[in-house]
Amino acid sequence: MTSSEPQPEFARGTSLWMDAWHRLRQNKVAVGSGIFLILMLLLCFVAAWFMADPNIQNLDNKFSSSSGAHWLGTDQMGRDLLSRILYGGQLSLVVGLTATAVAFCIGILYGAVSGYTGGRIDATMMRLVDVLYAIPFLVLIILLQQLFDAKAGEASAWIIEKLNIEKQTTQKTIRRISNVVPLLVAISALGWLTLARITRAQVLSMKQQEFTQAARSLGLSPMRILLRHIIPNTLGPSIVYVTLTVPGFIMYEATLSFLGLGIKAPNSSWGVLIKDGANFMETQPMLLILPGLFFTSTLFAFNFLGDGLRDALDPKAAKD
Amino acid sequence: MLRFIFQRLLQGLLVLFVLLTISFFLISALPGDAFVKEKKMSEEALQEQRARFGLDRPVPLQYAMYLKRLIVNQDLGISPKKNREVSYILKQSFPPSVILGLNALFIACVIGIPLGVFSAVKKNTWFDYFSMGFAMIGICVAAFIVGPLLQTFIAMKVPALKVAGWETPLDILLPALTLGLAPAAYLARLTRGGMLEILNQDYVRTAYAKGLPFLTIIRRHTLRGGLLPTVAFLGPAFAGLISGSFVVETIFQVPGMGRHFINGTVDRDIFLLLGCVLYYGFLIVILNLVSDIIQALMNPRLRDSL
Repeated sequence: MTSSEPQPEFARGTSLWMDAWHRLRQNKVAVGSGIFLILMLLLCFVAAWFMADPNIQNLDNKFSSSSGAHWLGTDQMGRDLLSRILYGGQLSLVVGLTATAVAFCIGILYGAVSGYTGGRIDATMMRLVDVLYAIPFLVLIILLQQLFDAKAGEASAWIIEKLNIEKQTTQKTIRRISNVVPLLVAISALGWLTLARITRAQVLSMKQQEFTQAARSLGLSPMRILLRHIIPNTLGPSIVYVTLTVPGFIMYEATLSFLGLGIKAPNSSWGVLIKDGANFMETQPMLLILPGLFFTSTLFAFNFLGDGLRDALDPKAAKD
Repeated sequence: MLRFIFQRLLQGLLVLFVLLTISFFLISALPGDAFVKEKKMSEEALQEQRARFGLDRPVPLQYAMYLKRLIVNQDLGISPKKNREVSYILKQSFPPSVILGLNALFIACVIGIPLGVFSAVKKNTWFDYFSMGFAMIGICVAAFIVGPLLQTFIAMKVPALKVAGWETPLDILLPALTLGLAPAAYLARLTRGGMLEILNQDYVRTAYAKGLPFLTIIRRHTLRGGLLPTVAFLGPAFAGLISGSFVVETIFQVPGMGRHFINGTVDRDIFLLLGCVLYYGFLIVILNLVSDIIQALMNPRLRDSL
């Protein structure tokens, strides 16, 4: 606390978030990782627009090595590898980040409310989690895909009619989007379960501790106790788990594509590129290594940023 | 505590019932049925087959019939696609999945938990960076890459190991390694995070100040608190491991349950899929209960919840 300052009117406590931000800025690895992630996002979402079309095939130019036209060479169908990696990164990052953000919000709130309330409500909420764990995931995805495919057709017809945009690009874009949405919805809907369990266990142990009792005896509302006193203390393990779910979801999408239920060809994602590259592992290792490099480096950045956040948000860390 | 377990098991029955109901209607909403891809059959034969399995009735009636058969006769029905009793199919594929899952879990715990504990203790040293890097690689490299890599570089070189198959105990090693690598990474990261949370506590500092030996502090004062998130994760992770993995089973030719989940969905084999769902739900109920009990035993503050 900064209460040692002489003038009482300035002696305000700094908030956890201010402290955390301050500590995070001191952490060079975390800052570097943050910058790297921003660059990666710019690369995938801005630079990709200036690249060659990732789906144009040129069968005369298969497996070419790096050249002026194709900086990272071409794949088994003569498509530009760099452009495929960047476009694939769009899908992977959207899936990984959005699903994680949703899972983070739902999981933490759900687990915290369940653990703090206790009793019947807790039992009901956690048994619902048990039910959701065992819901057949693939069935859900197939149903959602069906739903969205129908809607996507209507939507693109509507947009073409109303806005008078060129037909082909609109349809292509909408198909790309409608390809991801069911995956996103399904993964977000079921991705928060373990996080809720982890948070609940943390909250159960916090609600007996003195600082919670103090907050309760001050007459604070349960919501305020949860949001201001308990949840910030549970963030450490949650953030660690969340840095795991980003790559987890990205790879899960790849597994779904392995089963033919994920991203549909010719669209790609990092997971799909890695999976396809694995087929040519022995003859064309670059097709596996290059997408793998983009994926792994992004992952390491997330990991270090997450560790930095965990350290920064640790309420017991020294305030220096 | 006995009362707690009894209550949870009763709730578990309710969980299975709700799960079954939701799954039944979700699966029924899928387009097509088990006979759609059979092009050779005539329309009449198709109708006959559908009638035989009750698939021509309205969905709520099918549901009532299924429920009645399940509760009265403890019968999971007959798979329309495979023309076999679902309970027989599950019984066949159950042992390989459990053996594979147990071994994978063992590998994951033996690698993951010590790595996590020591990285937390030696935070921000080379050991920490190295083991966390290893953990990250475990998460990045999915089973469909690790599997072929292990086949190419280990199974082809070591004569005792086969590339694929499920006959001798040695055949378990490579698939279990492939399956256990990702959970090992999760465990390492979660354990490290949980331990860091604990190592900062005042009572740990007191223990150091008292001059206790380092290993005693780790073992007696920090492990029980630090492993809490790990145990919360282990329940569902274990259920996931022993209900089989389609990818690993496909790569290593393991006759486990994972493929029935996928094939049941792809073939619209409603009874087989429901059998798998029930089995998986049962595992989730039991293992989450075990994980909650272990958490309460490890942390006295949670004991009120028992």
